Amino acid sequence: MMHFFTVLSIELSKIFSKGRSYIGFGAITILVPIVQAAMYSEGEAYFALFTQGLQQQFSFTGTFLNGYLIAFVVLQSLLVHVPLLVALVAGDMLAGEATGGTYRILFTRPVSRHTIVLAKYCAALLYTIGLIAWMSLLSMGLSLLIFGPGELFIVSSSITVLQQSDILWRFGYAYLFGILSMATVASIAFMFSALVENSIGPIAMTMAIIIVFTIISALDAGFIRDVKYLLFTNHLISWRLFFEESVPVDRILLSTWVLGGHSLVALGISLFVIVKKDILS
Amino acid sequence: MDRSPIIEIRSLTKHFGQFRAVYNLDLTVNKGDIYGFLGPNGAGKSTTIRMLMSLIAPTSGNISIFGKSLNSHRNEILSGIGAIVEKPDFYLYLTAEQNLRILAKMNALDLDTNQIHKALDQVGLLDRAKSKVKTFSYGMKQRLGIAQALLHDPELIVLDEPTNGLDPVGVKEIRELILRLRSEQNKTIFLSSHILPEVELIANRMVIINKGTAVIEGSVHELLNSGMLTVTFSIDNIEKSKDILRESQFSSSVLGFSNDSNLHIKLSKERIADCTSFLVDNGIGVDGISSTRSLEEYFLSITRS
Repeated sequence: MMHFFTVLSIELSKIFSKGRSYIGFGAITILVPIVQAAMYSEGEAYFALFTQGLQQQFSFTGTFLNGYLIAFVVLQSLLVHVPLLVALVAGDMLAGEATGGTYRILFTRPVSRHTIVLAKYCAALLYTIGLIAWMSLLSMGLSLLIFGPGELFIVSSSITVLQQSDILWRFGYAYLFGILSMATVASIAFMFSALVENSIGPIAMTMAIIIVFTIISALDAGFIRDVKYLLFTNHLISWRLFFEESVPVDRILLSTWVLGGHSLVALGISLFVIVKKDILS
Repeated sequence: MDRSPIIEIRSLTKHFGQFRAVYNLDLTVNKGDIYGFLGPNGAGKSTTIRMLMSLIAPTSGNISIFGKSLNSHRNEILSGIGAIVEKPDFYLYLTAEQNLRILAKMNALDLDTNQIHKALDQVGLLDRAKSKVKTFSYGMKQRLGIAQALLHDPELIVLDEPTNGLDPVGVKEIRELILRLRSEQNKTIFLSSHILPEVELIANRMVIINKGTAVIEGSVHELLNSGMLTVTFSIDNIEKSKDILRESQFSSSVLGFSNDSNLHIKLSKERIADCTSFLVDNGIGVDGISSTRSLEEYFLSITRS
């Protein structure tokens, strides 16, 4: 056990010694304030345009432009791009060792391959948690500082207006679910990282899988209809369920099972491949 | 002096698909040996070392190190070995000091900066302790490789072509370091090389491996200085010849077997006829006989082929 935490701390120090690990944090640090600045200057006009159709049936008084709405918008837009940022690091965890030839110094130490793979996996998960935490801190904390709190107005298949006192816990769970979603992406990138011996392959494969599964999910024909709920891409944005007036716990549990299942299978494949692997690089 | 076996390899075989990289390899390295593991490029040296270091799994055969099976005591055994396997690759984005610190931690050692610097000083890299490894030449990486191999004071040191990429001064320094490790600390060193004179200068025992099989094994002094001929008999039954030679007057002269049909044996010119008769009288068909004057000549012949 002592060895596991030693290896975990080594893996974290390796992650944060690489320039590529800061691309995700850098991108979020640049993008979130850009969204906030855009909303600060053009937010009212954007909101008016967005609710143009509704204004014929409803009368709006005051403003819905507040820190919660901005955090919601950021969450919605950034979670589309965060998988790439997560795959950038998780996809390099094992393939990077193969590319650099450092499997040879790593796997000739008196530490089992299981321990090394698990420590690397946990390091990739901690990186993912750090990235989402940074995103939540910037999008929620900074937005509340700039725009202040208020009611959250959401238009999807229905209109939902959430009272100020009913919002914070929803964001808390949404961010936690966002971590689960991105942990699944990280797990898949990690699995590809175990399968190939270059750093670009796992990133490209992960993004390709997300795109292909998303397209399949959009098809509504034949047998696909019956099995598409099993595709992890169908559940990546289930964090939105926490913002429905009555939270659908059963759907959230299903998404949790599907995402968790994908993560465990990906970790299992990674372990199997690396433990059995002949190190020839 | 304790001369107990440190490495015992028995019937070691490794296939990559149809390709046979190592076949039926037997060797024993005793405590305090500088054991030369010699062979031309592609002979199976690195594959054998990778199996020794648990990087690849043998197809069949056994490896025991420190009297324990590598299969069941992997971590315990690896904690007593320092190694360079093939190229000296490190984390390029870390400094020499950071690389050594990480590798020491993986060996459950919490070394302070002075200890790390001492290891770097031993290989002449102290002034580059804070430099990132990506700025190092191949020779400097090779030195760093030796530093990491010695970091945890291992009992057995496995060095795969350790003088590759070094200038003549560097080669001499590493040679002296290896000799010092044996004489002052009684370390056991398993040294692979494709250069016979390099092994000849420092090893006390050696094996020559070709196409994955040991062809000659013994004391370096005896192999190089006996003045006898290295005779190769092409025969039709290797297994039977092993049995009959074991009990014969030629048992101590046998150097090894290769390619399923070659018997290598050290003989004086006068005894070649006796040995041929002995084989034929015992039902072994001899299809051809060739001889070389010296081990170097023999080694060059297999290197060229």
